[in-house]
Amino acid sequence: MESILTINNLTKKFGYLTAVKDLSFTINKGNVYGILGPNGSGKSTTLGIVLNVVNKTEGSFHWFDGNTSTHDALKKVGAIIERPNFYPYMTATQNLKLVCKIKGVDFSKIDEKLEIVGLLERKDSKFKTYSLGMKQRLAIASALLNDPEILILDEPTNGLDPQGIHQIREIIKQIAAKGTTILLASHLLDEVEKVCSHVVVLRKGVKLYSGRVDEMISSHGFFELKCNKETELIKLLENHKSFSKVKIQDHLITAFLSEPMLSDDFNKYLFEQGIVLTHLVQRKESLEEQFLQLTDHNQN
Amino acid sequence: MLRLLNLELQKLLLNRTSKILIFISFILPFFVILLSSLKINVFGFFTLELGELGVFNFPIIWHLTTFFASQFKFFFAIVVVSMIGNEYSNKTIKQNLIDGLSKKEFILSKFYTIVFFSLVSTVLITLISFCIGMYYSSYTEATIVVRETEFLLAYFVKLIGFFSLCLFFGMLVKRSAFALAFLFILYILEWILFGLITWQFNASIAEKIQNFFPLKSMYKLIDQPFQRVAMTKFPDKGELAYDYGAHSYEIIIVLCWTALFIFLSYRLLKKRDL
Repeated sequence: MESILTINNLTKKFGYLTAVKDLSFTINKGNVYGILGPNGSGKSTTLGIVLNVVNKTEGSFHWFDGNTSTHDALKKVGAIIERPNFYPYMTATQNLKLVCKIKGVDFSKIDEKLEIVGLLERKDSKFKTYSLGMKQRLAIASALLNDPEILILDEPTNGLDPQGIHQIREIIKQIAAKGTTILLASHLLDEVEKVCSHVVVLRKGVKLYSGRVDEMISSHGFFELKCNKETELIKLLENHKSFSKVKIQDHLITAFLSEPMLSDDFNKYLFEQGIVLTHLVQRKESLEEQFLQLTDHNQN
Repeated sequence: MLRLLNLELQKLLLNRTSKILIFISFILPFFVILLSSLKINVFGFFTLELGELGVFNFPIIWHLTTFFASQFKFFFAIVVVSMIGNEYSNKTIKQNLIDGLSKKEFILSKFYTIVFFSLVSTVLITLISFCIGMYYSSYTEATIVVRETEFLLAYFVKLIGFFSLCLFFGMLVKRSAFALAFLFILYILEWILFGLITWQFNASIAEKIQNFFPLKSMYKLIDQPFQRVAMTKFPDKGELAYDYGAHSYEIIIVLCWTALFIFLSYRLLKKRDL
């Protein structure tokens, strides 16, 4: 598969603080990646390094096949980090013209991209008159100007109201649907879960996991159960070899699987044992639960 | 190169404040020179005509106009420090780099702009001095007209050197106001050093060393012309004589400072995490 970004053993130290520690991963074309991690886990620093604004301490990274210089490679990348940064005294069109000049893109793209983010009517208003949501959408338009091979978004919905968040997510989904590679850094797990196929999980600058979202922890999911003969059920579950852990909360019994099992087989087995369920749900951990498990396991 | 210049010009010319300051720093001095060349009737008491004093004669006019015009460089210095300060306060420097501008290109685009405006200013002053000179000067032979045109080169180098210093201070402190304060501190520092050396050794050694200091070396490129004008009035007063020329070694000193400031600005940006 064609690689877009390769990071090898990247380390960044700010004085005594190690913001990124020995980080390696590869971004391949066509996937939607999420970088997950709590605040201060090194997401923005990592992106800063590959985007040429933060100097690395050790390690290496290269864009595409490694034969282009970073700043030339960035002309084929679209990125927005943290807050939208534009010249407040210029209009949207003027700001985008400046970006066109830097990236070497034709001015004709400007209106097309403003249309995508729905700012065409306001294109001649000064940037400083925009609301935060509009500023963020302009930033996306700016990142799309060069029809990038990869779009990098760092906390794109930070500080937006629900409508703004929804608009940005819709735009991201549209772009992803066109096959553009996306790298999305966020601490909002449902955001990543909704759009990403692959994740890199960071904690305190250390990589905990990188790979497909659904393979994040070796888990076979769990059953949520309710029945009238609770004690019998719990006894049965605790002695069953397929279950590793049983949790009870408010009459809801959660039984974690240690090997694969189908819900109909399980239901049949219980019925044969004389237990009738009133509630049966088979689930896999949500990204949030997986993430918390992953970060908890590595706490020490 | 044109691409980088074009980038920076767009940033400057769309900003109203910098547009006004650029106008003041380049147009105002020419206006003043032009006005002073006119015959002014001061409330009917007497008429003031500087042309009569012989100050618009070739070649002294080159010296005089470049000296006066260079006093207005401070306005453009504000533009230079604010064009760095704004990039930092708007965080657009970060965005520029992310969009694919290299750090080298970023510094170069600022430097090209400095060279461009210095060049425009030099061309304008050449034209206006030439016109006023042709009108007032008692001698208009080609050999006399082209004499001492090295003042124009000195003016050009002086502007580039001074603005490069401002660029460096802008990069160093990231805030326009502080950068201007630094400029003032440097000025005081140079005089304190001068005083210290005078105290330890003597004034003539101190003056020689002072001529290598950044601000003083730029000032020395075009010495004050008043004494010279006085000399033309009283040619027999020998004690007025001084070295007013724009020498090549003075130009080289300033060019060295310029190269150093630009290099340091680049180094600073390269090492810095934005």
